[in-house]
Amino acid sequence: MVTIGIDKKPGTGGASNGHTVKISVKNLNFYYGPQKALDDISVEIPANQVTAFIGPSGCGKSTFLRCFNRMNETILGTRIQGTILLDGSDLYGPDIDVVEVRRRVGMVFQKSNPFPKTIFDNVAYGLRINGIKDKRKIVEIVEKSLVDSALWDEVKDRLHESALGLSGGQQQRLCIARALAVQPEVILMDEPASALDPIATQKIEDLIQKLKIKYTIVIVTHNMQQAARVSDITAFFYLGKLIEVNETALLFTRPQLKQTEDYITGRFG
Amino acid sequence: MTRKALIEKIGFTVLGLCALSVILTLLGILWNITSNGASVINWEFITQPPREGMTQGGIFPALLGTLLVSLITVLFAVPLGMFSAIYLNEYAYQGRLVRMIRLSIRNLSGVPSIVYGLFGVALFVRVFHFGSSILSAGLTLGLLTLPWTITASEEALKTVPKSYRDGALALGATKWQAIRTNVLPYSIPGMLTGAILGLARAAGETAPILFTGAAFFIPDLPRTLFDQFMALPYHLYILSTQHQDIATVRPIAYGTALVLIALILCLNMVAVLIRYHYRKKARMAQ
Repeated sequence: MVTIGIDKKPGTGGASNGHTVKISVKNLNFYYGPQKALDDISVEIPANQVTAFIGPSGCGKSTFLRCFNRMNETILGTRIQGTILLDGSDLYGPDIDVVEVRRRVGMVFQKSNPFPKTIFDNVAYGLRINGIKDKRKIVEIVEKSLVDSALWDEVKDRLHESALGLSGGQQQRLCIARALAVQPEVILMDEPASALDPIATQKIEDLIQKLKIKYTIVIVTHNMQQAARVSDITAFFYLGKLIEVNETALLFTRPQLKQTEDYITGRFG
Repeated sequence: MTRKALIEKIGFTVLGLCALSVILTLLGILWNITSNGASVINWEFITQPPREGMTQGGIFPALLGTLLVSLITVLFAVPLGMFSAIYLNEYAYQGRLVRMIRLSIRNLSGVPSIVYGLFGVALFVRVFHFGSSILSAGLTLGLLTLPWTITASEEALKTVPKSYRDGALALGATKWQAIRTNVLPYSIPGMLTGAILGLARAAGETAPILFTGAAFFIPDLPRTLFDQFMALPYHLYILSTQHQDIATVRPIAYGTALVLIALILCLNMVAVLIRYHYRKKARMAQ
């Protein structure tokens, strides 16, 4: 088990690097039916930083990410043990409303999934289902979200056209705008650029850098260069275990464990 | 010609002939009914009751009866079928129980319609005391179409990608909000199409209404849902097998069949139009 935080063993310590802790995970186990997918994971996610989860396919990084907004509950036969604290309160506590968790912890999926509605209605969707009826306020937030997701200039003249007419990169930024509109505190990104070309990827990465001023960002990525470019903290997962976590610059230059080193240098099984 | 090409050619020819024989059979039936029945079709035939022991006059009470019964069937089976499908597909725990329920529903669509008729007598006519009536017959036909409606609705729900549901949930939608705003709009065309095709089948059924409300001959139009009624399929049955002078009423029987087929064709057209309308709307959103 890897523990991090203050007064922990050197090299794996200091992951919260002076920022307040936004999400704190303690002894998390996760099961798909009888199969254990996450094994005793403890980690702290700092506020207003970008935390990247890296590791080979099937290592559990996406599963772990989806624990933060309880999306795994939509999958049948899953079970979770341990605690995840968001600002100190248990996300899985008995009096916690899962709908409220998902409003506070937004998510951008691997495959961009704009709804077959207009661009405007996509961004307004989260507002409407959260009971906001004031049309002027909706227009205002939609515009702000599109500006914040660096999409406004490209779509401002066709807000009422279908979102499915956008390019892949635009669709993914639209999904980010849609997530921003409900004013979350944390944004989870599950390989947000894996289906995009280098230019569209660049735009998403630039956007992530801008967003961390206001939001706490957790990103899952296959791409180690991407993790190195965008993240402040990197956590390496292997076979459902958190192997090592550290400040990104340190993890990539001075990995403490051989497994980590093998993975980031590409000398991996 | 190579062996492969020959086999290919034979294969396509066999498939083509099969399709052709089906189409020709259908056209043959339609031609037979139309050529024998078209002569009696006129305004009076559609709007007047039968006279002179059914050898004269029209079929209006039977047409009206079938329409009224179909209305009851729709009002009963469509909401019930749609909501059941939503529950089974979206809410129910997908365990052994639901699998068994689903299997039973599939099997129910294969139960002979006379069995539904007897069940309708037992439940609606006797237990609920609706008597032999439009209501009993409509509900019985509703039961008959339920398996079709539920199955079609479930299939329609399954065509909506999981990402629509997940996307909505991840924005803080409740499950019902996600279903209502992001699943139902895209599955309603499929649901309605299934429901209408089920209804079209029900409208032509004779056995289920035989004991539950259809009458041989009633001079007056039904006044309430608890009255007995005449229905096109039953009227056709009477004219072709039970009448004392079958030869004389044969053209009327053919005319009745023609009206019934036209009615069912209309229902299917409505299904096509609904699908077309929603597809156009969906395309506009693309």
